[in-house]
Amino acid sequence: MKLAVEKLSVTFGQGRRRVEAVRCVSFGVEAKGSYGLVGESGSGKSTVLRAVCGLAPVSTGRIEIDGKPVEGRRSLAFARLVQMVFQDPYASLHPRHTVDRTLSEPLAIHGLNDRHRRVERALAGVGLDLSFRFRFPHQLSGGQRQRVAVARALILEPEILLLDEPTSALDASVQAEVLNLLVRLRRERNLTFVMVSHDLAVVNHMCERLLVMQQGQGVEELDRQALGDRRVKTGYTRSLLKASEGFLR
Amino acid sequence: MGPEDAPRPGIRAWLTDDVPQSRLQARCVQAYLAWRRLAQNWLAMVGLSIVLGLILMAIFAPLLATHPPYEQNLQDRLLPPFSAGHWLGTDEFGRDLWSRIVYGSRISLTIVALVAVTAPLFGLTIGTAAGFFGGIADNLLMRLTDIFLAFPRLILALALVAALGPGIENAILAIALTAWPPYARVARAETITLRNADYISAIRLQGAGPPRIILGHIVPLCLSSVIVRVTLDMAGIILTAAGLGFLGLGAQPPLPEWGLMISSGRKFLFDQWWVATVPGLAIFIVSLGFNLLGDGLRDVLDPRSAPR
Repeated sequence: MKLAVEKLSVTFGQGRRRVEAVRCVSFGVEAKGSYGLVGESGSGKSTVLRAVCGLAPVSTGRIEIDGKPVEGRRSLAFARLVQMVFQDPYASLHPRHTVDRTLSEPLAIHGLNDRHRRVERALAGVGLDLSFRFRFPHQLSGGQRQRVAVARALILEPEILLLDEPTSALDASVQAEVLNLLVRLRRERNLTFVMVSHDLAVVNHMCERLLVMQQGQGVEELDRQALGDRRVKTGYTRSLLKASEGFLR
Repeated sequence: MGPEDAPRPGIRAWLTDDVPQSRLQARCVQAYLAWRRLAQNWLAMVGLSIVLGLILMAIFAPLLATHPPYEQNLQDRLLPPFSAGHWLGTDEFGRDLWSRIVYGSRISLTIVALVAVTAPLFGLTIGTAAGFFGGIADNLLMRLTDIFLAFPRLILALALVAALGPGIENAILAIALTAWPPYARVARAETITLRNADYISAIRLQGAGPPRIILGHIVPLCLSSVIVRVTLDMAGIILTAAGLGFLGLGAQPPLPEWGLMISSGRKFLFDQWWVATVPGLAIFIVSLGFNLLGDGLRDVLDPRSAPR
């Protein structure tokens, strides 16, 4: 297993304001695999990703990468192994930093040289023209911003990419472009994907296996084959499936 | 490509380029656009010219002054404005008021510059650290800020000056020590709204430590509201300095500090009104200038004020 999550629980707050965002969720992702977490808003799927990155507190359970447990403050080595693309490209880029600064910053943190060429390569890798290099986020469209966010996540050449609804803030045509970009990048760079989405169709397109989540718990694990054949066991998954087919007339 | 699309040569084209070629140019373009927005606000321009006038006056004081500021001439004492050789009149020692105002601008500007550099810097450090780390650090730093905020500014300055002795340096120190808490508050509030933003999470995920996050990512975003606040506070700083001078706790005679000049003119206020009024007008105009500039800057820099 490249990434294994075992009986993960995440709780926020204390006493009466205690919220259990994730309850006892387990799953595993093979190396170079692609895994989906599906559920409606508030089902805790994004929190799982944030817990893997150390952005949300793990109360119980284990997270393992390459068989080694990760806990506490994440190291620099972790940053070069796991990166994340956030949901809202309008909120995930620093508004006062140019694309160049956004992409150079991780290189500076990790003391990597040859920054100029790495930035150019990262931009080319996500299909952005070099003329975007010194623009600010407000001079870019949503799709372009998300490409910059993907470039930022990949510039440290991680092995695992966590995708938190990377296309849900984009309109349909741009969504397809970004998804195809992600599929291509995964193939080219042998990446392991964990993707969160509320859209079964998107996850079905991207992932070989998926976990359906509801109210912080894993409901049902499926593979692409089972999803295609509609061999689902729980009513909740069936209703999600129905919803993804769109409106019935 | 039509003729109007052809790239225009020159600095203007470079400054409005939509496709900057370097970080420096990208920054210059942003600064130029902000300047153009500021320039549209004529009141801010009035404020800016007053402030620039004050700075030029301080730099070229020896050229602008008609008399040495400390030169006494008891025969010409208490001359009214527009008398020969003294267009703003003279004070009780026959010193030329215009020359004293001109030299006094250096003192006011020194006070303002020193306070404007130290207090926001200190406030920003405390505020961003408190907001970013949260928990115990936040409680500790903010209670400290609350304590400083709870004192009336002038009274605390008075106490400090009383403890350290009167003088312009101690007045500056006292004002700086009492001026920082509002900046810490502003910076903390901004930091708390930014701390959980995705772009901060992203840089954290890339392994950045707190110093890099605070200095490189949070401070630049707090800076604009702090700059606005500083500019609006300038008037208050000048007034506090003048107040301390007036009470005899700031600048000491014979320094041509404006507050001190008002204080000495108080004795003749009914018969020779100009001795107190002229430095009072100087304080008024400069304070107004800073306030107008601050309002204009807020419109340009504050992201919350809607563009018009």
